[in-house]
Amino acid sequence: MVSKQIVFKQKLLPYLLILPEAVIILVFFFWPASQAVLQSFFREDPWGLSKQFVGIANYLTLFSDEGYLKVILTTLYLSSVVTVFSLLGGLVFAWLVFSLPKKHGSMYQTLVIWPYAVAPATAGVVWLFLFNPRVGIAALVLEYFNVDWNYVLNGSQALLLVSLAASWKRISYNFLFFLAGFMSIPRSLVESAVVDGAGRLMVFRKVILPLLNPVITFLLTMNLLYSVFDTFGTIHQLTQGGPNHATETLVYKVFSDGFLGLDLGGSSAQSVVIMTAVIIITVIQFKFTQRKVV
Amino acid sequence: MAVENKGGILLLHVLCIIGVALILFPMYFVFVASTHNVQAIMQKPMPLIPGTQFIVNYARAIASGSRMAGAFSASGASMLKNSAIMAVGITLGKVVIAFLAAYALVYFRFRGSTLFFWMVIITLMLPVEIRILPTYKIMADLKLLDTYAGLILPLIASATATFFYRQSFLSIPDELTEAAMIDGAGPLRFMVFILAPVTRTTTAALVVVQFIYGWNQYLWPLLMASTPDLHTILVGLKAMIAAEEQLPEWNIIMATTILAALPPVAVIVLMQEQFIEGMTEKEK
Repeated sequence: MVSKQIVFKQKLLPYLLILPEAVIILVFFFWPASQAVLQSFFREDPWGLSKQFVGIANYLTLFSDEGYLKVILTTLYLSSVVTVFSLLGGLVFAWLVFSLPKKHGSMYQTLVIWPYAVAPATAGVVWLFLFNPRVGIAALVLEYFNVDWNYVLNGSQALLLVSLAASWKRISYNFLFFLAGFMSIPRSLVESAVVDGAGRLMVFRKVILPLLNPVITFLLTMNLLYSVFDTFGTIHQLTQGGPNHATETLVYKVFSDGFLGLDLGGSSAQSVVIMTAVIIITVIQFKFTQRKVV
Repeated sequence: MAVENKGGILLLHVLCIIGVALILFPMYFVFVASTHNVQAIMQKPMPLIPGTQFIVNYARAIASGSRMAGAFSASGASMLKNSAIMAVGITLGKVVIAFLAAYALVYFRFRGSTLFFWMVIITLMLPVEIRILPTYKIMADLKLLDTYAGLILPLIASATATFFYRQSFLSIPDELTEAAMIDGAGPLRFMVFILAPVTRTTTAALVVVQFIYGWNQYLWPLLMASTPDLHTILVGLKAMIAAEEQLPEWNIIMATTILAALPPVAVIVLMQEQFIEGMTEKEK
């Protein structure tokens, strides 16, 4: 761990300084997380009257349940659409803004980044209104082109709508990191390629894109995490996981099984599965990008 | 690699405008709907330009909320107040405890500092979404359900803020600390009168990013606030739309949607520089 040469000598003070954060972490992070792990080995009736140790039965039930497999696939579908749309959207925008003279570019920058501030839940309401079969203007356009649009009944349409709403507000995030990435590329490198006779597209493909690799790796992870965790609000506002579980993601199912279905053991087992996945992803990401936190 | 010829610049502008229009159009129609009455919105197609009911709709959204949602919905004013309290509480909480913790990690040597550092890292892997059930139980045991403290506390540990401050402190020259020590400043004096002012740009960047995070929380307030009195505006929106079986008051719902989006969007637009620094620097 990097550290200062000059430090204060007080012995007790540092403990007092870390106390608030340590208490919050222990009480609201470690304690509930360990409870989730513990709970996942028990089966409890919804009223909390009886509790029975069942070993790994909750996990076995989970993985033999075809519904759960479908939920995993739904989550993967959602995160693929979000990643493709918002990564490409962010890349194109960043490239356009970067190519413009700085004064002009910064004007568009503001217009591209604001959706980042719109909550996933708000995005859900916005797209619900646009595509609502009864009043939505976008639904009307689809109707005009003879598309049989009703996301309230059609599962794949519902999932597509959730994915689009989630991608819409994610373009800003990817845009910011791509733009920062472009700006950090040494001018001399690009210029010497141009002198060597490389065209604009060639420079982009052969010089710039390879240099952006770390940014892309980082964004792939962040978009995956966003799709898994932050889309809850969008889904809850738009479809509540329906129709017929078509838009239920991993996190949505933790919520619906735990709070609506009152299956505490099953919901906890799902939490543990997601936790494990997140730990694996984080470790891989640390290895790939060598984030300098330690 | 800026384009220099006039034609190229023009083409880039056209492409940018098309792109920006695509990003803006969903919000544009939300805004248009918030300025008409329900009958106008129910027409096919709905009006394409803003109408005259702006003041009427927003006044009602703020004063009373949607009538259709009845007892399940609070007034916009009350929901905005709750969202503001939650967002400010989360922001202050995160910034203050992260500042203190990072100060201890950088400016002191103490047993257990590495252990504490790892504890902070591990919180990155435990987002609230996967600890909702047990956290809910803890809140019930602590009698914090339906309180502001219950809304705020489980969300205020921040690994990113701690790391961000830590990086910022590490980049401050040791001479500054030395000079302060020679002048007889103790660690608390140094922290309050030297470190805090010197790192104010870091604080500003963090405040912007964390305010947006706090305002946009949804799942946790959804579980915590069982009465409309404690609904944040995002949770309240849900209650309004749930009245869809009847004729939803789209004009009021859309006005509320704009009200829900406005504060964080305003923060990003007005404090763009701090926001970008907060986003791109903290990830390093």
